[in-house]
Order: sequence, then C-alpha cells, then structure tokens
Amino acid sequence: MSGTFVGMPAFPTAARAALADTQLRHNLAHATGTIRAKRAAVVGEVEEWEELRLAGAAVKEAALRDLETHLVRLEESLTARGATVHWARDAAEANEIVARVARDHGVDEVVKVKSMATQEIGLNEALAEHGIAAWETDLAELIVQLGDDLPSHILVPAIHRNRAEVREIFLRAMGSVGRPAPADLTDEPAVLAAAAREHLREKFLRAKVAVSGANFAVAETGTLVVVESEGNGRMCLTLPEVLVSVVGIEKVVPTFADLDPLLRLLPRSSTGERMNPYTSTWTGVTPGDGPQEVHVVLLDNGRTRALADDVGRQALRCIRCSACLNACPVYERTGGHAYGSVYPGPIGAILNPLMKGTGDPQTDSLPYASSLCGACFEVCPVRIDIPEVLVHLRSKVVDGHRGDTVPKAEAVAMKAAAYAFSDSRRLGWVEKASGLAGRALTRLGRTTLPGGRSAAGRIPGPGAAAWTGARDLPAPPRESFRAWWRRTDGGRS
Amino acid sequence: MTTARDEILARVRSALSGVDRTPPLAPAPRIAAVPDLVGHFADRVEHYRAVVERCAAADLEATVAAALARHLPAGSGTVVVPDGLSFDVPGAVVDGAAGPGLTALELDRVDAVVTEAAVGVAETGTIVLDHGAGQGRRAITLVPDRHVCVVRAEQVVPDVPDALARLDPTRPMTWISGPSATSDIELDRVEGVHGPRTLHVVVVDPG
Ligand code: SF4
Repeated sequence: MSGTFVGMPAFPTAARAALADTQLRHNLAHATGTIRAKRAAVVGEVEEWEELRLAGAAVKEAALRDLETHLVRLEESLTARGATVHWARDAAEANEIVARVARDHGVDEVVKVKSMATQEIGLNEALAEHGIAAWETDLAELIVQLGDDLPSHILVPAIHRNRAEVREIFLRAMGSVGRPAPADLTDEPAVLAAAAREHLREKFLRAKVAVSGANFAVAETGTLVVVESEGNGRMCLTLPEVLVSVVGIEKVVPTFADLDPLLRLLPRSSTGERMNPYTSTWTGVTPGDGPQEVHVVLLDNGRTRALADDVGRQALRCIRCSACLNACPVYERTGGHAYGSVYPGPIGAILNPLMKGTGDPQTDSLPYASSLCGACFEVCPVRIDIPEVLVHLRSKVVDGHRGDTVPKAEAVAMKAAAYAFSDSRRLGWVEKASGLAGRALTRLGRTTLPGGRSAAGRIPGPGAAAWTGARDLPAPPRESFRAWWRRTDGGRS
Repeated sequence: MTTARDEILARVRSALSGVDRTPPLAPAPRIAAVPDLVGHFADRVEHYRAVVERCAAADLEATVAAALARHLPAGSGTVVVPDGLSFDVPGAVVDGAAGPGLTALELDRVDAVVTEAAVGVAETGTIVLDHGAGQGRRAITLVPDRHVCVVRAEQVVPDVPDALARLDPTRPMTWISGPSATSDIELDRVEGVHGPRTLHVVVVDPG
C-alpha cells in the first residue's frame, strides 16, 4: 500500500521536482498559512508562553539526561501493571516483535493509530511481508495509504492533497480494501470525513490487534499517552483485545505531573487549538476495560546515536508538533517529500542525520535544506535550537569528506551550498554554478550509491512509483530558486 | 548474548557519560485566576461547537431527558448508561449491570450515551473521564454517535496542572475537548469522524 522513502534522491534534486509542481505548492501554501494563523492566535492568548516553553524543554531535558534511570523505571511500572515490555535496537527488531504478536493471535490484519515511530521503521511494509495488512485509521494517513502515496507532513500527512484529489482517491481505492465510498461522494470535507467513518468502522469493530505509538510515556507510573483528534486513536486503543505500542525511548517523561507543560504546549503548537479533541491515557492492563493484552516496544533505532551528540541531543526533545514545518519557508515551497524521510521539515533536517549518522548523500544533503532564518526555533514549543544543530551538522558532513582523495561531487556541492548560504550575497554567484552541481549529482547517482540505488532518474524499489510515477525528476532548472522567488514573490503569485 | 535491553541501556550510558544528569528545572507557569471559573469552562467547551447548558441539581434529570430528545429522532433511539450513574435516565440500557457489558457491535447500534465525568478543565474546555463509577468503560462513550456528559460545577478546575493533580494516573483516562474532529483535508476543521459527532455537556450548579 503506502510507499517508502528508500532510494529517495538528495534534497536539492527532490526539491526541484517539488517546486515544479504548482498544485503541490498551492496546496502547501494554503495549508501552512492557515495553520500558522491558528497557532499564532492560540499561542498569543497565553501570556506565560515563554515560561511554558522553558518548562517543556526542562521536562524533556531532565528525562533525556537521566534516560537510563527513567527507562528502567518505565519498564518496572509497565510490567507491574500487566504490560509486556520489549526492547528493539533497530527497525528490524521492532517490526519482528510486532509481527510476532500479531502472528501469535493468528490475525491477518491490524488497525493502526497514526504514529511517527511505526512509519520510521516501515512497519506496514514489514507486516505485509508476513501477510498481515496494517490499516491506517487517521484520515490523512488513510488518504496517503489509499493513494499509494508518501506522507509529507508530521501532523497532516496528506497536506499536499486537496479535497478534489481526496475525493478521487476515495472513489477509486476504498472499494478494493473494504467498504466502498458512496457513489455520490462530493468533495466537501465533512462528506469525505463521513465516508472515512463508514469505511473504517467495520475495521474497528472486527479488529483483534491494534498498533499505536505514544506521545508520552510516564516512567513513574507506566502511563502511555496518545494525543489525537478524530477518535480513531480511541477506537484502536479501546476496542481490540491486543494492543502493541511502539515507543521511541525519547518519549519518556519522569512523572505524571510532568505532562503538564507538554499537554499545554502540544495542541496549541500543533493544530492551533487550546486542546486537541481527544487525549487517551492507559497504564498497562485495566481489567474489564480495553485491551487485555498490552505490549510496549521501546525503540532505539538511532536515538542513542543522537543522544551521544552534545549539540544534537536537544533534537530528542521534539514532541512532533510540526510547528517548525509550518513556519519554514523552505518547507512551504518544497513540501515534505523532498526531505526523503518520514521526518520532514526543519526537524527532519536535523533528526535524520543525527539518528542515521552522516555519510549517505541523501542524509548529508538535509542540513543544507534551510536558510537558517530561525523561524523554526521561534515556534518550537520545547525550544530546540534547530539552526544551531544545522550548522553543527553541516560541519560534520564536511568533515566526513575531508579524507577523500578526490572530492566527492556532493561534497563539492555541499561546500558550495555552505559557502552560499553563509552569506546571501554570494547566492547570485552560486546560482550560475548550480546547474553544474545538479548534473554532477545526477552523474554520481547513476554510479556510486550504496546498494545500487540511483540518486536521480527512475527510482527502483517499493513505493518508488509513488514518487516517480507522478513527477518527472528534473533536469537542473532553467530558472534559479532566487530568480523564481523574485519573479513570483516567493511562490505566492 | 547481550539482550537488546542491555545493549540499548549500555548505549544510553555511554552516550551520556560525563553529561550533567540534573539540568536546572523550570517550573511550569500558572495562569491568572478567572473570576467565573464555571462560566469560563462553559464558554470554552462551547467554543469547540459542543452544546453546553447549565442547570440546577434539581433539574438534572429533566435537562438530560430534554437533551436526549433534542438529539435523537423523535420517539425512538436507544440510550446506554454506565453502571453507577447517580441519576436516572428512563428507558436506558445499563452497561455492565449484569455481566461483561455490551459488545462493540451492540454499542454500534446504540444511538446515545449518558455519563458523568471526573474533572472539567476551564482554560482548555476539556472534560476528563477516568472511567470510574457513572462513567463506564471507555467503549461506551466512544462507539455511540451522541454523548451527553454531566459535569458538576465543583469538578471544574482552572487548568491542566490542577486536573493532573486530581486524577489517578493508574486509571485509564479520556480527555475530551469538543466532538470528534479532523483538519486533515486542507486544514479545514470538520466535526465528526470516529468518536461521537454530537457532544452535549450539562454543567450542574450546586443545588
Ligand atoms: S522540533 Fe519543535 S517545532 Fe519542530 S516538530 Fe519538534 S517540537 Fe515541534
């Protein structure tokens, strides 16, 4: 069903394709503009917002700095409350654990609550290999899954789709996986939401196993928290007999009271609401209410690598609100797919290299996907200094290529980018050279990437059709980004 | 063979060697007190396009009956209530009075649910259910399409930290702020996806 990001081209290449897609740019500008205004209004009414940010950052920082203590505590509390705790070093281990639980119950399908961690590990694809269908139940995830598409935003993964496209996807694809969309489906959001309700309800009512993530995990009590809007989360967390939650180790907070600044910060930063419609908490197994078999998979998958980076560690404070995406002028114009990861935007530009390590051309290009304007830091509810981490990672990328006898094409391109971005007056000069760099990257892609992947052109592998089928990967543009920006007032005209 | 657990914890330890384990704390700020807490709560709940009304304790049963009549098709509709509800809802099915309670499929055929709540949060317009007596299992306030929820004035607290202080973390909880909603299509907020599409809150003033 939904694709994966494996084999995505590096950011500059992918961004060019995205910029050429005017429908995408229009959808994004509309959506991010709307949400920025909503966020600003509800943040503006909190006089103590800055103190609240400091408090939120402090809670997460305290949890991270003493992570071992809190993880061990979390495991104890969960176990005492009847949950089974698993540990997964990487994606493959985590996927195997979830698949094993599903297999133990003899199911061929699971329902899923939108979760960044399970997207990160490619759980749906891994379960499919075991013959298990994973149904996404969040409306936007459903749109992505039915459209055989890739998520492009943390909060609203289908932000790149407008209502007419959603209607078309529902009409075309719902019938092949369950209850079809009504033939008279219109493109009214309320009508589309009602179609999703009908389509998914039969799946909720029969599901035996559900998979979720968690926004927070309280060490002191073993309480897991899921923050959502639609009620699909409640359905998954309540109706099935078995619940498996995949939780990144950085989700831990020390105490129940520590949820306070975070539950106040997250909805205002995320959907621009005082509070999201539904927040569910559960602590192990509650006899007679909800799933009677509860599993928690504590996931590393690169988090400890990020933890070891003294400058980058702060990225693990992220509560996935997506405010930094909505605030970012680069994201607004390129969209999320160009980042080649389930974590797009400014946070993705630092989290991916921190978790995966530098050295891969796609990952190495991400710290350059920014103009260092600082808007991301200003809106971040847990005060992650994203520009500081970007600059730090750029130097790591460059250092990684210092030993090369022949400078790699992308190292040259990166150095040029670093040079250009460090002083906007130099950009005009670099514009002339960019066509060359683009061609160099394309050539490199044809030959030398690990695993035989190519960095440009037709991309092999599962889900690649979602990318290349819909868009031509471009030749270097005739018009430079800055020239285009001047001509169109930054894509607005 | 080292287990995944031991290896992850060892990685954490080595990642943090030499790092100060106790960074300075920053207490979360408190908001200024509002003069009319319960009125503020009602306003904030209403903002989510929930129906809100206030009544005196003596009028509770009549108010709930009128709320059900308003949302249900005339003269029909099944209503479920949890065991231990502190007031009477004539004609309602009591979930879990005898045995394990209704199945999800049975609940799917129920039109409305009436419950009480544990806490109301004024600043955010949130109702918290801790699924104790008078609130029922999580499923009964989820599957039916209409939820009439009774909150008593003395259950209303100013803000999120006050709510956390009142709640028992070991109980399952549902924090409800308005009816189910989505903004997933062009960030246009639409009420009603999977949870109850109608939320009717009755705030009971002390009698
Ligand atoms: S980095 Fe900050 S602003 Fe961006 S998603 Fe994470 S918490 Fe939100």
